[in-house]
Amino acid sequence: MSMIMEMLSYPFMVRAALGGVLVALCAALLGVSLVLKRYSMIGDGLSHVSFGALSLALAVGWSPLKVSVPLVVLAAFFLLRIAENGKIKSDAAIAMVSASSLAVGILVTSLTTGMNTDVSSYMFGSILAMTRADVILSCVLSAFVLGMFVLCYNRLFAVTFDESFAKASGVRVERYNVVIAVLTAVTIVLGMRMMGAMLISSLIIFPPLTAMRLFKSFRGVVICSGVVAVVCFCLGIVMSYGLSTPAGASVVVVNLAAFALFTAINQMRRRI
Amino acid sequence: MKPLITCRHVDFGYENHDAVIDLNLEIFPGDYLCIVGENGSGKSTLIKGLMGLLKPTGGELCKSGELLYGGIGYLPQQTAAQRDFPASVREVVLSGTLSRRGLLPFYGEKEKQEARSAMERLGIEDLKDKCYRELSGGQQQRVLIARALCASRQMLILDEPITGLDPGAIQDFYHLIRQLNKTDHVAIVMVSHDLRNVIDEAGKILHLGQRTLFYGTAEDYKKSAAARGFLGGDGL
Repeated sequence: MSMIMEMLSYPFMVRAALGGVLVALCAALLGVSLVLKRYSMIGDGLSHVSFGALSLALAVGWSPLKVSVPLVVLAAFFLLRIAENGKIKSDAAIAMVSASSLAVGILVTSLTTGMNTDVSSYMFGSILAMTRADVILSCVLSAFVLGMFVLCYNRLFAVTFDESFAKASGVRVERYNVVIAVLTAVTIVLGMRMMGAMLISSLIIFPPLTAMRLFKSFRGVVICSGVVAVVCFCLGIVMSYGLSTPAGASVVVVNLAAFALFTAINQMRRRI
Repeated sequence: MKPLITCRHVDFGYENHDAVIDLNLEIFPGDYLCIVGENGSGKSTLIKGLMGLLKPTGGELCKSGELLYGGIGYLPQQTAAQRDFPASVREVVLSGTLSRRGLLPFYGEKEKQEARSAMERLGIEDLKDKCYRELSGGQQQRVLIARALCASRQMLILDEPITGLDPGAIQDFYHLIRQLNKTDHVAIVMVSHDLRNVIDEAGKILHLGQRTLFYGTAEDYKKSAAARGFLGGDGL
């Protein structure tokens, strides 16, 4: 307990905890929809694009958020389009986009600043990365995501479960897909510098999968996913502080443990 | 009796080509129409057109007032992602009432009642808290039909409904649809490849090949040239 009090006496830790919890919550909620629609890899693809965009911003000397938010949103549109058209298989397209943007990012960096600590912290995350602006944007983002999940819950369920039926019921399916993609893009940009480009997609994928081990209704999965994400993030950040381990990796390991725990409970329940 | 849907010389299509040309069609309350044809013959396009998801590029399509108000129940083809979706049966059936809610965010007592009665009609009320992915193919089909009934009690459009069902479930399915058609007077429009069963079940057949190759009663279809060409050999 005293460790947590001590931890929260540092302003940067408070920012990291607050911003991180909000980002983790958003990622987990959006993740339910993405994972169930088989778009899990979009999160991964977008984090690499975000890395490329950040390196660019760093090289040019612009503010990272202003460059990467529009670029990543653009990439999200693009990936979604490909996934819907089905001309190239979307998993291949995502792999292509993520490798290319990673490559561009590395090239830009090595030509300008060189591979310094900033770049490495983008790859694997840094607890110091959350700025005031990030925290404010996280608050705005989570207000949007929570608002959407509360007010449009039934429509969101219909779009996730069955796009054709939702369309036939008069739901603007494309609009929902675009909104989800944009919110995912912003979530990733915000979370990436703390969690790391290589690790951020776990925030999207782990909590829904964990929740799906135990819950059998969509409502149960959504709520559990959010709770799991927040709890795992808090445990992860405390662990990171206590053991001086990188924040991103710690959060992912806690998520993995939660997934294993839920799987075990599910197995045991079946036996009984 | 007034038709629910009337098509006069209707064309449906996308930007540069028409997938369905010069279609004349009338669907009355209590009809059982089956649409057959080879892949790419415009069946799915026609369904989208009837649902109102695609505007006709030519001709005239009229819907009766009650259909415009009550809507059409739709049973799309199942996707792989759906088969292991974590949702309770109640949630899925309830989502059928969505089109009636307008912009209101939550379901009211009326919608819940609607969902309950649809589940009772299909004999799945004891499954209501079960998880959709744990049901058999036939049960999943029943859940989706209940959802479609929530959207409309006047007309159901079924898109290749028997794909992926085992033989027993297929017979159950035809039986159920026949009941809905005969006792509840739900108009049925079904796209199917299962010609041999369909000819005995349906009242009318529409054989599409971009243009209408045959449109009439199932009895006449058995004797027609279109059926012989499609079935190969001497027809049925």
